[in-house]
Amino acid sequence: MYLSSSRSTPLGRASGATRRVAANVVMLGLVSLLTDISSEMVSSVLPLYYTSVLGLSMLQTGFLDGLFNGASVFLRLAGAHLADRFRARKPVAVAGYALSALCKLGLPAAGASLAGLSTVLAVDRSGKGLRTAPRDALISLSSTPETQGRAFGVHRMMDTAGAFCGPLAAFALLSVVATAYDAVFVASFCVAVLGVLVLLLFVRDRREPAAPGRPAVTLGAGLGLLRDAAFRRTCLFVTLLETATISDAFVYLTLQRQDDLAARWFPLLALGTAAPYLLLSLPLGALADRVGPWRLYLGGHLCFLLVLALLAGSHSGPLALVLVLGLHGTFYAATDAPLMAHAARLLPDHARTSGFAVMQSLQALGMFASSLLFGLAYRLQGPHWTLAAFGTGLLACLTVAAVLTKRGSA
Amino acid sequence: MTDTPETPLITRGRLTAFAAAFVLLAALGIGYGVHAAHRQDVLTHQGPGAAPAAQDLDLTGATGEILFRDTEPGPGYGFLATVRRSDPAGPRTVGRTSCERVYAAAGTVVCLSTEYGAIPSHHVRILDSTLGQLREIDLGAGAPNRARISADGRMASWTVFTSGDSYAANTFSTRTSILDVRTGALTPTLEDFDVLKDGKPYRPVDRNFWGVTFASDDNTFYATMSPISTGKTYLVRGDLAQHRLTVLRENVECPSLSPDGTRIAFKKRVSGSTTNPWRLAVLDLADNRETLLAETRSVDDQAAWLDDSTVAYALPAAQRTGSDLWTVPADGTGAPALLLHGGFSPAPLTTGKQ
Repeated sequence: MYLSSSRSTPLGRASGATRRVAANVVMLGLVSLLTDISSEMVSSVLPLYYTSVLGLSMLQTGFLDGLFNGASVFLRLAGAHLADRFRARKPVAVAGYALSALCKLGLPAAGASLAGLSTVLAVDRSGKGLRTAPRDALISLSSTPETQGRAFGVHRMMDTAGAFCGPLAAFALLSVVATAYDAVFVASFCVAVLGVLVLLLFVRDRREPAAPGRPAVTLGAGLGLLRDAAFRRTCLFVTLLETATISDAFVYLTLQRQDDLAARWFPLLALGTAAPYLLLSLPLGALADRVGPWRLYLGGHLCFLLVLALLAGSHSGPLALVLVLGLHGTFYAATDAPLMAHAARLLPDHARTSGFAVMQSLQALGMFASSLLFGLAYRLQGPHWTLAAFGTGLLACLTVAAVLTKRGSA
Repeated sequence: MTDTPETPLITRGRLTAFAAAFVLLAALGIGYGVHAAHRQDVLTHQGPGAAPAAQDLDLTGATGEILFRDTEPGPGYGFLATVRRSDPAGPRTVGRTSCERVYAAAGTVVCLSTEYGAIPSHHVRILDSTLGQLREIDLGAGAPNRARISADGRMASWTVFTSGDSYAANTFSTRTSILDVRTGALTPTLEDFDVLKDGKPYRPVDRNFWGVTFASDDNTFYATMSPISTGKTYLVRGDLAQHRLTVLRENVECPSLSPDGTRIAFKKRVSGSTTNPWRLAVLDLADNRETLLAETRSVDDQAAWLDDSTVAYALPAAQRTGSDLWTVPADGTGAPALLLHGGFSPAPLTTGKQ
């Protein structure tokens, strides 16, 4: 039923009246679903692969490795610039997806070499950095301004569905093939290639004609977007809020420290977050279109405040665990797609990829700062002080953001 | 990109191409999986290794034997087995209990087991000398990788290793538990113990513990502590009753206390390289003197003392699956010697009366 809608308007955008999501968006969702199944298959078995097959200690891989990576940020911005400049979002996204697909074969090829494995994983992450902004730009440009939230909601729902199925598929496969890890890697590669094929065959690039009066897309244009007051303010608050929220890793570590149930099911806690994220992505994305994406984005952070409060209260037991993970997933559903929808409203079509890339790089920077601050505060002041400090900081950022952006955004 | 918005994208041709690619990729994935499963089966189960006996092992009163996990390719792969210490290469007795890792002392056995499935589950099983189950503890999704029993068979400890890696973050956690087999009292984690380092409280967020070894009073123990982000490891001495840990020394992993309680065998990080990071060493607790042992290959195992002058450990087997067991003198002299082919997780059987 979705597939017919793409032909209904000249630019391939879904008609606002039908409130359907464009076929392009569904296809991009399918690409992400397959890609996430593939990636999560690998990442969920990697720890066991490291220890039981390679005999490597995770100590050697570094704790903060992968949270922030200068090379990957550069690649992200450069790729986004090329995508905007040549109006070629699809080729850049294909390059990113294909790079990650190839990495799945690199894992068995790297064997027990830690340097080899690290390189493969770094290239995989670069592929992710390269493809995210052009893919999001395609989602955005394939949708009408009034259905941006819904479009991103559908995409994130499908994306999270992949992340949810990947680990289960990997472990089921592992038990069938008598723990032959290379079989999981090869299967992961096959699924990733399917994703690339869906992108190549069924996703339409947005090649709007170069309007004569349009400003030229130059190298500095991406950062020049920050000269726009509304976008600059958005980026500032996104970075601050990202810094004031603690990473998934620390949410799960704190949980397992106070709750035996969480400790036993530690590797599955991410699935507990993914479930509500998956279920609420679409309804909350659609809600963003109605009440204003920025308002929902800010409101969604209240869920995270509750997560911090529950963690600081050292509640344990199944109910507390379900509440924390439920709120954590709701937080993602209420902030991820709405933020993209909000940014899409602020960014002109011709520079949307670069704008997304700039914002996503700042998000990564905020996450990195957050992890450093959290680790430092925890060591010096202990868990309760740290959680209280982050909660206070988050509340302060939210209040300032709500007051300063009241006009113009909501 | 020759598409224009006017032409339909989802055409019969493209769908056919996709369907063909789907079939090819599915064939590749399934074909490779079947091949890999067969290869794995040949490597583990189709070999000359001993078959499991009709009856399970009986370790009651056993001395002078070594209990281990049989990894000789054959029908006994993965089951617990014993050999005579005096004739380790001789015939082995294979039982019917399967464990990923095992340790035993004075008639108490700790067995770590894994059942694979869509969600793999792990258990710690405490067994008596006839391998009857005394207690089972559900470890959930955490893969266990170290286990110890105190010399008198009363205390058990194990370490669970969990890690999730996702786009959002890398997470890592080890969790070490201690069980008093006699009273049933379980200490689920060492993470809420007070840690003293240089006389001051020490509490990094990412501190992890692994590899417990017990002293003869069943209250004092030694373990590894590591704040993961620092990449450092510390030897800590624990006081179970006081819930207190004291940092003794840096760069000590997987301690193993000698039967006479005077020395600790451990993994020492000797190189930043990833191919040969560790050497086995022994620390004399009286004068803090460290001695590197004659084994120069990198050992990633918690060594087991066969007696007061010899430690045993597993190394990956050359050119085959599984691992071999080796011994080396505990004073830095001599040379490593092969104990037996196709074994893992050695434990000398003692009656607990030293």
